[in-house]
Amino acid sequence: MLRNEIHLQISEAMNIIEITHLHKIYNESEVKVHAVNGVDLNFEAGEFAAIVGPSGSGKTTLLNLLGGLDSPNDGKILIDKTDLSKLKSSDLIRFRMKNIGFVFQSYNLIPVLTAKENVEFIMHLQNQSKQERENRSMELLRAVGLDGRENSRPNKLSGGQQQRVAVARALASKPKFVLADEPTANLDSKSTEQLLSIMEELNRKENITFIFSTHDQRVVNKARRVITLEDGKVISDERKR
Amino acid sequence: MIKSVAWRNIWRSPLRSGIIIAAISVGMSAGIFTTTFTKGWMNQRLEAGVETEASHIRIQQPAFGENYDLKEYIPDSNLLSEKISNIKNINGVSPRIVIQSMIASAETGTGVKIIGINPDKEKTVTNLYTKLSEGKYFEGVKRNPILIGTKLAMKLKVKLHSKLVITVQDANGNITGGAFRICGIYDISNRMYEGTNVFVRRSDLSRLTGLGKDVSHEILVHLANPEELDKETLLLKASYKNLKVENWKESMPELGYINEIGNLYTYIFVIIILLALGFGIVNTMMMVILERVKELGMLMAIGMSKARIFSMLMLETVMLTFTGGFTGILIGLGATYATMEKGIDLSNYAQGFEEIGYSPHVYPVVEVKTLIVIVILVIITGIVASIYPARKALQYNPAEALRTE
Repeated sequence: MLRNEIHLQISEAMNIIEITHLHKIYNESEVKVHAVNGVDLNFEAGEFAAIVGPSGSGKTTLLNLLGGLDSPNDGKILIDKTDLSKLKSSDLIRFRMKNIGFVFQSYNLIPVLTAKENVEFIMHLQNQSKQERENRSMELLRAVGLDGRENSRPNKLSGGQQQRVAVARALASKPKFVLADEPTANLDSKSTEQLLSIMEELNRKENITFIFSTHDQRVVNKARRVITLEDGKVISDERKR
Repeated sequence: MIKSVAWRNIWRSPLRSGIIIAAISVGMSAGIFTTTFTKGWMNQRLEAGVETEASHIRIQQPAFGENYDLKEYIPDSNLLSEKISNIKNINGVSPRIVIQSMIASAETGTGVKIIGINPDKEKTVTNLYTKLSEGKYFEGVKRNPILIGTKLAMKLKVKLHSKLVITVQDANGNITGGAFRICGIYDISNRMYEGTNVFVRRSDLSRLTGLGKDVSHEILVHLANPEELDKETLLLKASYKNLKVENWKESMPELGYINEIGNLYTYIFVIIILLALGFGIVNTMMMVILERVKELGMLMAIGMSKARIFSMLMLETVMLTFTGGFTGILIGLGATYATMEKGIDLSNYAQGFEEIGYSPHVYPVVEVKTLIVIVILVIITGIVASIYPARKALQYNPAEALRTE
């Protein structure tokens, strides 16, 4: 009994994300779409996980729910013991800013800001000092191999470079984990390789948790855990050794 | 940083922002120039009304104004004028005889108001002596000189040094007449006044009418500081309770309304311009927001609060409005300063304007108070126009916004 309790506590302490019986139904058209259908998943700190599946399988919806960008019809998401459904809209925004980093398929950088300013932007929202912002943004841009390009605006950067800025931005607020929605979908193979190496290194060296949704076999190959979704359900959850 | 982002966002589409800023600038510069032009025009009319026609304060017998009765005069008016001229802040006093009469040339005749003045004293209360288009101010004609207006000269078909016959009622009620020779023709760009007011020497008129030398129908008073008009009027009213003391606002109330009407017209014009521009600004910002839905979704996703997004979009609108608004104000002021020295000549339309007392040569004037009101109106327009688009942007939820292509 005691052993079981200790095991449970250790296991709970390691899980930064706990998803229980998650459902998301879209009623936008006449046909109801059960985008996420009873998903139960846990993620531990330091994971490098890929959520795969065909188009419409619910990958992006699951990521949006995990990131608190959308709310489930049923089920619960606990992030570091915080139930997302219990947070008010304004608290949820603050929670996202503090705990979750986002990398989007189409980079979504602010076009009028330079690479460095894009990285600094979220730190500015957190009211960090100028010095802190400067140091952290340069450190992150170095980590993603973009020192020397810090003053370039997104339109002067290649797709791969823009996505690396997006990764640096996602890490700027020192989040608990990073959600990346098809981050390599618009990249060529060289840029994909570079981006994956950078993320893998950040994951290994700084124990940053990455959760991807992807179609890309190269991402799947690098991932240490692969969760397969189909029709909103988890049909497999494999961990590589 | 939000301010910097907002400012840079405006210049994402330089053409679109340039067009709306240009529209605001053109609208505002037109508004400002119209304002300074109208103000200048109104001020000129006001100044002409006060400085050339009415002076600051007029003192008469209470019943005189009703029917211009010859006998309703102020006795001992010279002494009274002397006393008033010794009051501090009064820099000119001129006693006048005023008689309604007929004036005739060799060709035709008409009814006029004959004003008998002491030419030197009159110089201290009106600037009529500076408005002569022909001849000299009571010079060049020894016997019975008369000063008439351009309009009357045209009407009577007379020229400088032509003879005119004045027919008046004398102090005994008899009809009498006298011949006068034109020494000068004045032009004050107010045809109505020019056509009905002639000036002769007070001594000539008192001799003609048999009124005593010390008799006047009105005394005009000119103040050193026009700002103290109300105060000085009250003091004179208190001192001369048996006489009718009126300042120009009371004797010519239509002049007093000129300023108010001018300001009202200006504000209505500017408000209409700003209202039209406001809709343009809202439309532009709605387009901006529709184009940036995905980006707004990203900003919400990474943790930018709705209040901050709202502020950023409001700032963009306000900055857009202010850039256009203040550029327009500067252009409008530039146009005003460029024309205020030499004025704008509307001589082609002169006749119409002069008939109603307005000069065809307009000198625009900048009034700080009006300018401040316009700046406040621009600020209000910017803020009001920013609210709807910014509110609209907050209706998206981040996931929905991120899905937008």
